[in-house]
Amino acid sequence: MTQNPYLWLIPTLPLAGAAINGFLGRRSSKKAVTTIALVFPGLAFALALKIALGFSSATAPYVFQLAHWIRSGSIGLPNYFTADFAFYLDQLSLVMLLVVTGVGFLIHVYSVGYMSDDPSYYRFFTYLNLFMFFMLTLILADNYLMMFVGWEGVGLASYLLIGFWFTKDSAASAGKKAFIVNRIGDFGFLIGLFLIIQHFGSLNFTDVFAKVAPLGVESSGPGLLTAIGILLMVGACGKSAQIPLYVWLPDAMEGPTPVSALIHAATMVTAGVYMVARSHVIFERAPIALTVVAIIGTLTALFAATIGITQTDIKKVLAYSTVSQLGYMFVACGVGAFSAGIFHLMTHAFFKGLLFLGAGSVIHAVGGEQDMRKMGGLKTYIPTTFTVMLIATAAIAGIPPLAGFWSKDEILWKAFEANPAYWVIGAITAFITSFYMFRLLFMTFWGDYKGIQVDDHGHAHAAHAHGDHGHGEPHESPMVMLAPLMVLALLSLVGGLVGIHHGFGHFLEPVFGEFPQAVTEGSGNTEWLLMGISVLFSFGGLALAYILYVSKPYLPEKISTSLGSFYDAVVNKYYVDEIYAKLFVKPLVDGSNSILWQGVDRKVIDDSVNNAADSARHVSDEVRHMQSGNLRSYAGWIAAGAAVLIAYMIWKGIRQ
Amino acid sequence: MVPLSYYLVLSGILFACGVTGFLIKRNIITIFMSIELMLNGVNLSFVAFAAHWHTLSGQVFVFFVMVVAAAEAAVGLAIIISVYRTRETLNVDQVNLLKL
Amino acid sequence: MISVHLVLFLVFGAIAVAGAVNLLVQRHPINSALSLIAVMAALAGEYLLLGAEFVAAVQVIVYAGAIMVLFVFTIMLLNAGEEERTQGSRVAFMFGIPGMLLGSLLVAWVVLKHSGTEAVNAGVWDSASIPARSVPGSPETIGPLLFHEFLLPFEITSILILVAIMGAVVLASRPTAPGGPPQKVKD
Repeated sequence: MTQNPYLWLIPTLPLAGAAINGFLGRRSSKKAVTTIALVFPGLAFALALKIALGFSSATAPYVFQLAHWIRSGSIGLPNYFTADFAFYLDQLSLVMLLVVTGVGFLIHVYSVGYMSDDPSYYRFFTYLNLFMFFMLTLILADNYLMMFVGWEGVGLASYLLIGFWFTKDSAASAGKKAFIVNRIGDFGFLIGLFLIIQHFGSLNFTDVFAKVAPLGVESSGPGLLTAIGILLMVGACGKSAQIPLYVWLPDAMEGPTPVSALIHAATMVTAGVYMVARSHVIFERAPIALTVVAIIGTLTALFAATIGITQTDIKKVLAYSTVSQLGYMFVACGVGAFSAGIFHLMTHAFFKGLLFLGAGSVIHAVGGEQDMRKMGGLKTYIPTTFTVMLIATAAIAGIPPLAGFWSKDEILWKAFEANPAYWVIGAITAFITSFYMFRLLFMTFWGDYKGIQVDDHGHAHAAHAHGDHGHGEPHESPMVMLAPLMVLALLSLVGGLVGIHHGFGHFLEPVFGEFPQAVTEGSGNTEWLLMGISVLFSFGGLALAYILYVSKPYLPEKISTSLGSFYDAVVNKYYVDEIYAKLFVKPLVDGSNSILWQGVDRKVIDDSVNNAADSARHVSDEVRHMQSGNLRSYAGWIAAGAAVLIAYMIWKGIRQ
Repeated sequence: MVPLSYYLVLSGILFACGVTGFLIKRNIITIFMSIELMLNGVNLSFVAFAAHWHTLSGQVFVFFVMVVAAAEAAVGLAIIISVYRTRETLNVDQVNLLKL
Repeated sequence: MISVHLVLFLVFGAIAVAGAVNLLVQRHPINSALSLIAVMAALAGEYLLLGAEFVAAVQVIVYAGAIMVLFVFTIMLLNAGEEERTQGSRVAFMFGIPGMLLGSLLVAWVVLKHSGTEAVNAGVWDSASIPARSVPGSPETIGPLLFHEFLLPFEITSILILVAIMGAVVLASRPTAPGGPPQKVKD
């Protein structure tokens, strides 16, 4: 099997790139850093392609063991526990692998252009490669423990990259927020892992799933598998930004745009979905957990979409859109259509990555401005960017035959089969999605350009030819940034076609089991009907956005004032951040301040050290009077001591 | 006939007087003489034990104690003289520069 | 049973104790020195009672005759006067005296309680080393012991005396005037 010896190279190549750039990058030339940064992920992508081409379903799942890691207890005893550095390849991980390496490599190329002026150029690519390493470890892991290593690692990389411009206070805080909220989710994940270890004795996928498979469905009430499922879901909520742990994702937009594209759209946030899909054996036997997943997904999708309508920062709109689309993926998993969720994950990587990169291109064009109200009319200035953004927006809105239509429709159909309520909310959310995405498009590209004429340094001056960045008007991005955009646009156009006739679902069949087909007679017509309704909603959103933002631009103002305080609440993201701050953050900070800092650190630790020193001083202060220089007091002490000794010896002698 | 214990008690009394003299006297020479008194008391007990155990080693030891006492007296008095030269006083309470 | 031995012991003992107490009581050091000489003389008598005539002789000659003379010389040299009353050490009075009293009383009690009443001189001396009809502590008996078994301590003490002589000379000599010792006159 020629494909397999290279499996372990895929994560380690980006690690090597990160190491080289990390240690040597500061003193290397930009060219050298770029080469290293692109070669290693590129090689990883090439290897992934090679494996994909040589992949055959007959040999899957393939496990490649690199080295022993943990060996605890002894064989035969019930406390025997092992975990190895091993890699697991099956259809699911192959799909994720291609997505991560492919989109990842494209974003690396894009970053060469986007970050070219940044003084910490090498550090960015170090972190980016590091992230690739961890993400690939997560995907290719053969056991939950290694997956957790990758899980934590991408959290770390996310923190490093969000706070990349760490001199900015808001960026540093956003990084901290992301990491801490992630940690809360990880806590749930860990407890789930502990339960798995306790009851199944291993964290290895093959072992655990083999042990879980014979167990029956827990339809009568919550049981062990439900507990594990819900706990795993808590972890997924943290990583994939679902309610209630989504609050870090909008703040994460403080990071550079390629980071937002790679981590917070295409790959890291999808780790939660991947994990749930991988654990489908457990979830399928715990219907309550599945319902929890579905409900969380639905609510998050709707909730985030409503917030997205009102945001004015172009990246924040996309952030809430990501949260909403992740909700869709969880809905899919929650109704048992895991392959539909993974399908949407793949298409989402394409068009959301494209959207973010395009937004980066727009921001680059207008010299750093992110507020959409100061943009407009850009389609004449940056036509290529406009074209790709149009394709991406159509894709996410679900306009056929672009990618988003196929995957979203698949999910809505499966949701309807499970419970029509899911479908209703999903369809409404689709409408809202289409609306706010086209709102973004129209506000940015139509109308008149409302921004001041700026060059890179934000100084306003009249437009005159000055070289590439001296123009006062918005200018197109360099080719190194446009090429990945075009590739992603192509994928957004045709990427969904693998879903025709449920081809994607069939491909993933060996992983998820028999792909349920529409068997009954009427359901074929229902499927067409639902498809038609969702297409209608997509175009409806487009139309509404057109009306509000192109033909009658005074309307949004009127609507928002008439809605009054409700509108305020939505604009302020339903005050969730403020509520969390009051409920959790403030007591924690105050408690840390008064109890841990003043109380424990100052009073206990500092004081004990100080008091030890002080008491030594006091004791010696008392004792020093013994050395008075006075002969007679010395003699007195000697006599007294001698008397004590004599008394003791006599006492001992008498005792005999 | 005199039991051993009487000699030992006498020796103890002399020793106790020597210690008391060391503690309560202020003149350094008198203190030194108290030390000699202590040594004498001990000598007496050595000889008494020598008689009790019927060996002569006790008496030989007394001999050595006397030699050492002599040497010590010589050196000690020399020190007292040089202290008197610098301090102008024989009061032991005033020679306390080695205090903390 | 009253015997001459006991009477003589008590007499000499009383003189020794009186001398010791007088040493404590007297204010002028010369009086204390003279009392100490009295104590030593009394102790010499005690030694004779115990049959240690050589030790008694050495006591009088060396201790009372040489060491105490040295003390008296020093007292007169330094013109030591009566003691003043200065603030003593509280420790000495608070701990030292009670401690000493305690120690000595304990020892005395133990000794008196646990020892017998046989005479100290009773019993047979080692007849091989002691010629008949002679006092056990005579020079003829001490001598061989001193120069055979105790030869090493004997030699060491002689070195000790040498060192003490040198030390005493150095310590007590006058500090030399600036300019060093007088130069030899050159012809």
